Amino acid sequence: MIISLNHYLVLSAFLFCIGVAGVLTRKNAIIIFASIELMLNAVNLSFIAFARHWGDAGGQIFVFFSLVVAAAEVAVGLAIIVVLFRHKETINIDDVNLMRW
Amino acid sequence: MNITYNLPAIGTQLVLGAGVILVLLADLLTGKKNRDVAYQTTLTVLVLAGIICVMKWGSAGAGFGGQVFGDGFASFFNLAFLAIAFLVVFNSPNYLKRNEIDHGEYYMLILIAVLGMTFMSSAGDLLIFFLGLETMSISLYVLAGFHKSRARSNESSLKYLLLGAFFTGFLLYGIALIYGQVGSTNLADITSYLAGSANPLGGYMGVGLALLLVGLLFKMAVVPFHFWSPDVYDGAPTPVTAFMSAAPKAAAFAAALRIFYDPAISLGLPWDKTLWIAAALTITLGNFAALAQSSIKRMLAYSSITHAGYLMIGLAAGNELGASGMLYYLFTYGFMNVGAFTIAWLVNRRGEGNYLLSDFAQLGSRNPVMALLMSIFMLSLTGIPPLAGFFGKLYVFSAGVKAGLIWLVVIAVLNSVVSVFYYLRVMVIMYMREEEGLKDLEKAPTVAITAILCGLVILLLGLFPGPLLDLARESVLSLL
Repeated sequence: MIISLNHYLVLSAFLFCIGVAGVLTRKNAIIIFASIELMLNAVNLSFIAFARHWGDAGGQIFVFFSLVVAAAEVAVGLAIIVVLFRHKETINIDDVNLMRW
Repeated sequence: MNITYNLPAIGTQLVLGAGVILVLLADLLTGKKNRDVAYQTTLTVLVLAGIICVMKWGSAGAGFGGQVFGDGFASFFNLAFLAIAFLVVFNSPNYLKRNEIDHGEYYMLILIAVLGMTFMSSAGDLLIFFLGLETMSISLYVLAGFHKSRARSNESSLKYLLLGAFFTGFLLYGIALIYGQVGSTNLADITSYLAGSANPLGGYMGVGLALLLVGLLFKMAVVPFHFWSPDVYDGAPTPVTAFMSAAPKAAAFAAALRIFYDPAISLGLPWDKTLWIAAALTITLGNFAALAQSSIKRMLAYSSITHAGYLMIGLAAGNELGASGMLYYLFTYGFMNVGAFTIAWLVNRRGEGNYLLSDFAQLGSRNPVMALLMSIFMLSLTGIPPLAGFFGKLYVFSAGVKAGLIWLVVIAVLNSVVSVFYYLRVMVIMYMREEEGLKDLEKAPTVAITAILCGLVILLLGLFPGPLLDLARESVLSLL
């Protein structure tokens, strides 16, 4: 069997959906964060597959930048979660409920 | 391949980028006890960037092989971002000292956020747009949680971060699919693909554009992606809220115009139906939720959702009047919001996290100038002539009528009537309500100057809307 562009795209879409499901169903802030990372990396897979398909380096360069952005988001995100833990001694997002309209 | 760098095209951004480093260094070397040097450096950098922006107005052209544009459109928005940031930074030290969060990083983060926004408004490539958006967002996540000893501030930043990163995933997926269809992330290539294709939304393109739009609607806080904004605005430190409710929203609309404006008029893509429904829902929901609020901060947060809805009419109209009306609207809206939030934190007397409308009681006799300015901001947000808020709405609504969106405009006008109730309520409280135990306002010259400047700008742009509208129209023409 030849692995074609579509195989990569289906895998990428599948991983992305797992990430979305994780964000929507889990309650632990760090697991949610990991799920978001999974979504971003699933997209990176699409980018690389398309870059190969077009024979264009643009998509691969995009992946470098999106990796950097994801890393920056993690750095900031974990710091915010640490502060959350200091306030509440928990990182369950159901307990983050001071403001509800 | 030869790439012309054309550095003047990113002159504003270069000054801001150098400024970020300078502010960090200045604060490191001097900021043991006070932050005056960091504060003054930041103001200087913002003014310098503004001067460069005005000097190079619309003449810089494309840079880095069409990756960034220094055209009139970019200059217009950059000037708006810089003005909003200047006003917010100008009155921040007072607030920061009052709440004991007087750290130099605050100024640096604001500069980085502005840097990201300037890249969003001048992006010629989805990569640059994405990087600008994330530069802005990540520094805003930190700014929202800047008051780290307060649980509400932390909660605000956590909500913003988790939802923002979640929607970044969708936005990035959208860009990937567009890249997959076109083979390039350059906006010019995408536009010519859409114009030259028999079935422009076929393949991955339709889904890609839709996901990209979802990411942008989230940043604009448009229904159904608005749910984060009241909580985030409420919990964030108030000057940050003022900044967040004005500048990033303008940046998201600037990016939306850059990406969608040209294809939308030349092709008549089916955006208008989606945007129609989103705009109608946004206006109505924001309005009725604002009615029920007892906190001025949350009321203004819902009001900013409503205003995003009015702006959506200009986007849905997709004509030149709509786009230039949006530019005028966004520019003036920033001043109204910064003014209103600034007075709100000065008047607040129960401490952060407890902003009540009743804090404004008797302001008319306690401090007539502030009460008058607050009235100007409220009337302008309502859209009463001859203030700037009226003309913004007028241009956007008439663009909607011109594009045949009659019912949408009718809904918007009816909602404007409803909004009179909650904006005028603030004035009624200021002039009519008696309350015990009120103190005089703290003396804060920077706050007074900020509010007076905002009030003057709104009055002048309302009395003489012509020049700014002409400038907006020229800026929109530079997009094509």
